[in-house]
Amino acid sequence: MGNTVTSENAKELPTSEQLLGMYERMLLIRGVEKQLSADFKAGQLPGAVHLYVGQEAVAVGMCEHLHDSDWITGTHRGHGHYLAKGGDPRPMLAEIYGKANGICQGMGGSMHVADFSKGIVGANGIVGGGLAITAGAALAANLEAKGQVAVCFFGDGAANQGVFMETLNVSTLWGLPMIFMCEHNTYSEFSPTDTVTAGELADRARAFGMPCTVVDGNDVTEVWKAAGAAVARARDGDGPSFIEAKTYRIHGHIEAEVHFLSSTYRDEEEIERWRQRDPIDRLKAQLLSSGAADDAALEEIGTRVQEEVTAAEEFAQAGAPASETLVFDLMSVGQNH
Amino acid sequence: MAKKRYMQAINEALIEEMERDPKVILYGEDVEISMFGDTTGLLDRFGPKRIWNSPICEATLTGMAVGAAAAGYRVVLHLMFSNFIYTGFDAIANQMAKLRLMTGGQVKLPITVLAGYGAGSSNAAQHSDTPYPVLLNVGGLRVAVPATPADAKGLLKEAIRGDVPTFFLEATGRGGEQGEVPDEDYTTPFGVASVLQEGKDVTIVSMGTMVKPAIAAAKMLGENGVEAEVLDCRTLVPLDEDSIVRSVEKTGHVVVVDEARDRCSAASQIAAVIADKAFHALRSPVKRITVPDVSMPYAPNAELVVIPDANRIVDTVRALLAD
Repeated sequence: MGNTVTSENAKELPTSEQLLGMYERMLLIRGVEKQLSADFKAGQLPGAVHLYVGQEAVAVGMCEHLHDSDWITGTHRGHGHYLAKGGDPRPMLAEIYGKANGICQGMGGSMHVADFSKGIVGANGIVGGGLAITAGAALAANLEAKGQVAVCFFGDGAANQGVFMETLNVSTLWGLPMIFMCEHNTYSEFSPTDTVTAGELADRARAFGMPCTVVDGNDVTEVWKAAGAAVARARDGDGPSFIEAKTYRIHGHIEAEVHFLSSTYRDEEEIERWRQRDPIDRLKAQLLSSGAADDAALEEIGTRVQEEVTAAEEFAQAGAPASETLVFDLMSVGQNH
Repeated sequence: MAKKRYMQAINEALIEEMERDPKVILYGEDVEISMFGDTTGLLDRFGPKRIWNSPICEATLTGMAVGAAAAGYRVVLHLMFSNFIYTGFDAIANQMAKLRLMTGGQVKLPITVLAGYGAGSSNAAQHSDTPYPVLLNVGGLRVAVPATPADAKGLLKEAIRGDVPTFFLEATGRGGEQGEVPDEDYTTPFGVASVLQEGKDVTIVSMGTMVKPAIAAAKMLGENGVEAEVLDCRTLVPLDEDSIVRSVEKTGHVVVVDEARDRCSAASQIAAVIADKAFHALRSPVKRITVPDVSMPYAPNAELVVIPDANRIVDTVRALLAD
C-alpha cells in the first residue's frame, strides 16, 4: 500500500496518482457501506451494522502510509479501516452476511472484520478495546525492530475510557511506534460529544509530551499530511503520536436505530451542513480543479468501484452458511495445538 | 529428583522456557525485583528486551498481551495478586478469550498470565481472593492451579508452550513449600488430575491451596479407620472429569474442597459434573467445602473461620459417613 513517507518529505503533498488512489478507496468504502445500508433495509443482514459514511478520508489518509506488515486496529465502525488497509471487500461482505466464505468464516461479523495477512488485527466491539491491543502490537514491532508501526483508530467516545490514558502513558514511556488516530465524529453513540466529554481530546495526549495534531478529518490531504508525519516518526523509532480528525458520522450509530429510537437526537440541518463538506465530493472537486483527472477518468473509477461492490455482494450472497461446529474447534482448550 | 521450593520451581520453568524460545517475553508490575520470588534473576539473565517492569495499569497490560501475542510473541504477563485479574478483566473476557474465534482462527494467542491467589496472610479482602470461578465461566481460557513444586514447574512449561490463553494461579502462601522436582526437561499435561492418596471410603477432590488441608484431613481420617482417596485437579480448565467420576464410583461419597466463594465455585461445577455423571454411584449428597459468600476479613482469627481447613473436611466427611 502507498509509499512510505519519511521525515524528509512528510510535509509534502500527495501526488496526483496518490490522490486518485485514495479517491478510489474512499469511493469503495462509500460504495460498500451504501450497499450494506440497502442490504440491512432489505432485511438481508443477520446482525447490526455501524457504517463509516462520511469518515472515509480518515482511514484512507492514514492507511496510504502503511504496509501490509504494519498493524491497525479498528472500531465497531470498522469496515472503512479494513478496506483502507487493503482488505478484500468480498470476504468482508461475506463475513457480515455470516457466511463460511467470510474473512472470519462467519464467526466475527461486522464488528470483528480482520485480516492478519494485511495487518488488520480487527475491528472491535468494545469502545476503546483496540487501544491496548495496538500498544501490544507496537510493543512487538519495537522488539522486532524492522520499522513496523501500529495504528489505533478509535473514536471520541473511546477517549473517555481509562485505557486511553494508560496507553498514552505506556506508549510514551516505552517509545512505542504507535499512532493514536482519534476520529472525532461528533457523536458518542447517540450522545453529542460535548455532552459527555470535557476539554479538548488533544490536550489529553499533549500532557504526555507526544506530538498532537488536530486536522479536518473530511480533508484527505490534511489527514494524509498529519498521518505521514506520525508514521515517519514511529518508523524512525521516535515514539507515538496523536492525531485528532474532526469529522462527522453521516449515518446513524447503527442502521437499525430508526426502528427503536423514540425520538431524534440530531436535526437534518446539521447533517446537511456536514454533507456539504463530504470528503469524497471535496476530493473530487480538488482532482478536477487541479487537472489531476477529468470527468471521464473519475467516471471510470466510479464504474470500476461499482463493479467491485457488486462482485462483493454476489460473493457474499453466494457463500455457504457458516460452519456450526467451527466455534467448538476454535474455542477448544482441550490440549495444546 | 531434588527438593525445591514452589517459587523456585516456577522460576526454573520461566528460565527454561525463556532459554528454549527467544519469543517468550515477560512483563508486569515489579517483575524485575520480584515480589514473590518467581521472576528473580530473570532480568540479569535475559536483559530488558525479554523481561521488564510495567506501570500499574492492568486494563492495558492484559490488552497488550493480546496484541503482542497476535503479533508473534509468546507472552508471560505477571499480574501479581490475582484480584488484579478483575482490574484487567475487560481485555481478558472480551479480547483474549474471544479473538481467536472472532477472527475465524486467524490468530493464536500464546499468553500465560501469572498471579498469586488465596487467603491466610491477612492481606485483606482485595488481595486474598480466589478468583478462578470468573475465569472458568468465560470459555476459551485454560486455568491451572498447581499445588506442588513439580506440578508448578511442569504445568507452567506446558502453559508457555501452548497456544491457548492460560491462567497460572500460584498458591502464594505455599511459596516456601518444598517438594521433589524432576531434574530432566518435562511438562505436565493439562486436564489430568493426580491421585495423591488412594482410599475406598470417601473421595476428597481438592485443588491448589486446598490440597494441603485435604491431605491433612485424609491423614486424620485414616487414624480413625476411614480410607479417603485424595484427588488434586491440578487444572480446572480443562478438568479431568473422568478421574473424579472414577473415584466417586469407587467410594460412593465425595467432598469437594475449594478456596473460592461457594456460589458458582469450581466446587459447584465439580459437584454438578458428579451429579450428572456419577449419580448412580452416590450413596450420599455431594458436599462442597468452600469459602462462604463473603469477602475475606483481615483479622487472622476471622480469616481462619472462613477458609476451609482439615477439621472442616474431617467433620464433613464424618457427617456424610454417619448418615
